[in-house]
Amino acid sequence: MWDYFKLIALGLVAVLAAIAANYARDLAYMVNAIEVMLAAAIAFIWVLRTMGAPAAPQTEYNDGVVRAGVIATTLWGVVGFLVAVIIAFQLAFPALNFEWAQGYLNFGKLRPLHTSAVIFAFGGNALIASSFYVVQRTSAARLFGGGLGWFVFWGYQLFIVLAATGYILGATQSKEYAEPEWYVDHWLTIVWVAYLIAFLGTIVKRKEPHIYVANWFYLSFIVTIAMLHLINNLAVPVSIFGSKSVQVFSGVQDAMTQWWYGHNAVGFFLTAGFLGMMYYFVPKQAERPVYSYKLSIVHFWALIFLYIWAGPHHLHYTALPDWASTLGMVMSIILWMPSWGGMINGLMTLSGAWDKLRTDPIIRMMVVSVGFYGMSTFEGPMMSIKAVNSLSHYTDWTIGHVHSGALGWNGMITFGALYFLVPRLWARERLYSLKLVSWHFWLATIGIVLYAASMWVTGIMEGLMWREVDSQGFLVNAFADTVAAKHPMYVVRGLGGVMYLTGALIMAYNLWATVAKQPRVAAASVAAVPAE
Amino acid sequence: MSKKPTKKQDVETTGHSWDGISEYNNPLPRWWLWTFYACIVWGVGYSIAMPAWPIFKDGATPGLLGSSTRANVAAEIDRYAKANEGVEAKLVAADLTAIAADPELADYTRNAGAAVFRTWCAQCHGSGAGGNAGLGYPNLLDSDWLWGGSIEDIYTTVQHGIRNTEDGDARYSQMPAFGRDELLEPEQIAQVVQHVRKISGQEFDAALEAEGAVVFADNCASCHMEDGTGDRMQGAPNLTDAIWLYGGDVATLTETVTNARFGVMPSWSFTPEGGEPRLSEAEIRSVAAYVHGLGGGE
Repeated sequence: MWDYFKLIALGLVAVLAAIAANYARDLAYMVNAIEVMLAAAIAFIWVLRTMGAPAAPQTEYNDGVVRAGVIATTLWGVVGFLVAVIIAFQLAFPALNFEWAQGYLNFGKLRPLHTSAVIFAFGGNALIASSFYVVQRTSAARLFGGGLGWFVFWGYQLFIVLAATGYILGATQSKEYAEPEWYVDHWLTIVWVAYLIAFLGTIVKRKEPHIYVANWFYLSFIVTIAMLHLINNLAVPVSIFGSKSVQVFSGVQDAMTQWWYGHNAVGFFLTAGFLGMMYYFVPKQAERPVYSYKLSIVHFWALIFLYIWAGPHHLHYTALPDWASTLGMVMSIILWMPSWGGMINGLMTLSGAWDKLRTDPIIRMMVVSVGFYGMSTFEGPMMSIKAVNSLSHYTDWTIGHVHSGALGWNGMITFGALYFLVPRLWARERLYSLKLVSWHFWLATIGIVLYAASMWVTGIMEGLMWREVDSQGFLVNAFADTVAAKHPMYVVRGLGGVMYLTGALIMAYNLWATVAKQPRVAAASVAAVPAE
Repeated sequence: MSKKPTKKQDVETTGHSWDGISEYNNPLPRWWLWTFYACIVWGVGYSIAMPAWPIFKDGATPGLLGSSTRANVAAEIDRYAKANEGVEAKLVAADLTAIAADPELADYTRNAGAAVFRTWCAQCHGSGAGGNAGLGYPNLLDSDWLWGGSIEDIYTTVQHGIRNTEDGDARYSQMPAFGRDELLEPEQIAQVVQHVRKISGQEFDAALEAEGAVVFADNCASCHMEDGTGDRMQGAPNLTDAIWLYGGDVATLTETVTNARFGVMPSWSFTPEGGEPRLSEAEIRSVAAYVHGLGGGE
């Protein structure tokens, strides 16, 4: 019965999408509508072919969706890093904005493609996959909702494809990290609510007496992202058959809402969610208990309470009133210690297992990840201080800061998690090659250092050049002079990116070879039973 | 999970275990807690000192220090405006040709003019004023001037711009699109291009050039003069030197003759309705003096 309902719904979606494509007012909308139509048609055929198949036993973990998530994370990671390297060199050598690709593959179009690919496609898939793995293992329960997990996975991939093709064809609401237009936002809302239900449902039916700390972080990430997404994307479509929409907020209110969203995309997507990963994979890989339960509680509540107020520091010295600026700065600085609580818990969990740093490159990755987390959560509050911000704002320092967090913290902890997950998910005894993990580790680490160092240098240099005035109050440098001065460091940054991308490619090969070339062993833990 | 707890961590775990993970019951690190408290205390103090809490109907608490970003910027602008007031008044009243000889004005215009140039002119003419050969943005360092290189000429050009639609006094002239508007046959264009190659001292095709000289005299000489040295009254470039706005190769010259060129410069004295002029009189004079002093000024 339920299958018939699904077929009717999918058929309806396919037909409506076809109609929408026919009446489309712009190319992006038409292509997006065709993509939705194809997705619905494929899902229709799949439902039809699997009708009446027996359901998977409820006593086993749903690891299929996690496996798919691991593949998607690796794939989108490589894509995101590749686009990153391309745009890094487009900045260093503007001639790479080819004339024939103008309007499609120039820097302006590729930049949001890069940010969305690494944050939402790579990071998002890593979060969804790892949260599904962690919540099942730490709740000793199968993922809630039958096929809901698969809906979340494929729905999220559709969101990524819609957003990415939309950007290239010009559908954007021009809000950083919230570029997708109204109908893509609607779709993500549906997927996200399904995600919340699947995750929360699993926690509700858990067989462990308590909820593990990783799940608090994952849950705060899912709930807060839903709230941020809904409010920052309040918009009225110009036409139901067109991609353009008009924001509900305007002026400084719009800017404030956008950076409330933007900062908490960092705070809850890239920090809280990834802390959830850290709290599971670090103790598992180190085979050590978490350092302090008390610290995890206190820093969790302090972190989620404070992060939400820190957004105004993105708008220092703008039309934002001084009072909002002050509060944003104060909250950012108070946030320093709550952020570091996660670093302390991560690093101290390893104390007593420091010898593993020599032998286990995966632990090494996790340590470097937590180290970069600590560094960028110190740098962030520092840059939120108005006096520092007057130098750093609009410079490459900000870009360097973001990337020491993204490449160092988010990237490295994800790589660590992927190396942990693949042998277990595919029931292989061990990874194909620890030596390749070591190569990946060094390439990525040196790549990050090149990236961050070059951006610190250019950031501080251009900040100083911009503000330099002579004794009569006249600016000393032309803007173009600062651009020219940055060129060598832009090349260094690009090389750092090449190293990071190379590391990711090595990882992709290593993970593939683990599955393809290693013998299969008896699955470790697929039965959903409580630990004690 | 720990097989052999170290001395430091002989604390108990909480007794829970999730998928093999347990948690130590370690207290909060003291330094962490006290730094956290210190940040909170500082935050309270700072938000009392600075504008912070939006609790009033018409705004927020102003803060004990009375700080205001807008007031700070205004004060800084005022400080320099006051400091430069005297010399700016003198500059506006001065005869343009007298600026270079007056040490005070010369010094001031060198700095102020450079700042104006880097902010408003560098986008097209380059931050070093070397122009952009090939795109039609003239080099301002050499002695080849389209509309004249005396300080008065430069001043007028900056003040009103060239071929813009916003200023009735903008310098204006228009070269016919000889090819596009079918004023010349393609072979005539090929011929006249060779003539221009000849008078500019480049290699040329003698057979075509002979006819080209006639075409030039009939169609081009009224603006570019018989000998091709140009006319500054009309902004018609000198074609006999090695300095090219768009390029002196055959392909570029053919393109220029076929479709003509129409380089535009904004009017810098333009004042939108109810607004301020783009650049003040003192700024226009400063940048004119600056450009005049770059090396090519007459």
